[in-house]
Amino acid sequence: MATNPADILYSTSHEWARIEGDEAVIGITSFAQESLGDITYVELPPVGDQLSEDKEFGSVESVKAASDLISPVAGEVVAVNEALENTPELCNSDPFGEGWIVRVKLTHKPGGLMDAAAYEAHCATEKH
Amino acid sequence: MSDLRTPLTAWHEAHGAKMAPFAGWLMPIQYEGIIVEHQHTRQHAGLFDICHMGEFLIAGPGADEALSKAVSHNLQTLAPGKCRYGFLLNEKGGVLDDGIIYRFGPDSFMAVVNAACAANDFAVLRSRLPESVKMTDISADTGKIDLQGPESLDVLEKLLGQNFHDLGYFGFRETTWQGSPLLVSRTGYTGELGYELYIASSETEAFWNALLADERVKPVGLGARDTLRLEAGLPLYGHDLDENHSPAEAGMGRMMTSTADYVGREGAQKIASVLVPLRIDGRRAARHGDVVAAADGTEVGHVTSGSFAPSLGYVIAFAWVDAAHAGAENFVVRAARTELPATRVEAPFYTQGTARKKLA
Repeated sequence: MATNPADILYSTSHEWARIEGDEAVIGITSFAQESLGDITYVELPPVGDQLSEDKEFGSVESVKAASDLISPVAGEVVAVNEALENTPELCNSDPFGEGWIVRVKLTHKPGGLMDAAAYEAHCATEKH
Repeated sequence: MSDLRTPLTAWHEAHGAKMAPFAGWLMPIQYEGIIVEHQHTRQHAGLFDICHMGEFLIAGPGADEALSKAVSHNLQTLAPGKCRYGFLLNEKGGVLDDGIIYRFGPDSFMAVVNAACAANDFAVLRSRLPESVKMTDISADTGKIDLQGPESLDVLEKLLGQNFHDLGYFGFRETTWQGSPLLVSRTGYTGELGYELYIASSETEAFWNALLADERVKPVGLGARDTLRLEAGLPLYGHDLDENHSPAEAGMGRMMTSTADYVGREGAQKIASVLVPLRIDGRRAARHGDVVAAADGTEVGHVTSGSFAPSLGYVIAFAWVDAAHAGAENFVVRAARTELPATRVEAPFYTQGTARKKLA
């Protein structure tokens, strides 16, 4: 499992947000892709969609499971990772890099997200 | 009670397998990943822990005649050293379990059954067979390992130092490994050339390790076992087969050649629904329980098994469909988040499997 990069923020539902000025790049964490297994499909929102914090904005399917994507931020979708249409497995192999899901123009700075250390502690409580 | 552990459970845990309960057992779902394990089995050799399945010995005067009335398998044409797939049916012809029967001699057999059904299967068979026929449940003492894939023959011959080219499909041989009895049958659940290997529970871990010492062999979990069998068009009891449906409804009517008066014989050929193989283009899966509608929107059935098929690149499924609608070409599957157009196809979905390859 990839280690959780220190320069990004994490949600309790295992999404991450990399803040770049007034935009954020969103994806799912290594913990999430590990739990799902081999990802076979990512349902992306259309460009222009408004995302709200803690609201579902898409979904991800694996061979064995499916899960909603919960947005860690509020804002407008300005780009989606079209590579995921043919190679959704990028979310498994490079969840924090090539496996990014959407880029959002933020309405406001996100609150309630964790840093890497807090997220690691959170994951430890979820493992069984 | 917590989940049961096979002789290999500790090995799986030590090697990072993702574990989950299955039929009361703690089983490996995957090691490296379902797709990698699936592809490896189709191209090389995969090794599966199948110790959870049940095995019964059935022997004694009158066993042949009595067993032929208790199960759907045609025992008249089953020679020693051969095994056959068939069903344990209820009185109405509904499937209580599917399984394989091995013949050792005129009145001596082994039945191999699903883990979830084993206890009930034993009770039902015991009630159908006379006292003179001895039944022994050897499940706890018997480990089962499946070795499947085009390279499995070479792996097996190298490990055992014996020629298996003359072992035909659904044939079996009793042999030994390091002095322990080993039964090798040329059977499997993947559509590939492969073997089901039965050895004492106490020898199972050592035998597993000996097989894995061959670098062509990778451990494969239940996740890939499911994608492999579905691609091969093989039913899973509890999903594609159950006691409310007959073998004929699942497309097995023509293989039921036994002329014995077995329990459920008449009902075995009744058809009210049909198990329809479906193809769904794209990657979004139809899953067990999803409603199936006709092209005009009428609800006509439900999905029993469905998955993205790694060897095909699209989604495949089985679904029960009312007989009246089962001949249609086009359906719609109402999946959790979307509607999926589906077309009726023929099973097996994956047709390049090596299971029946002529070796000699």
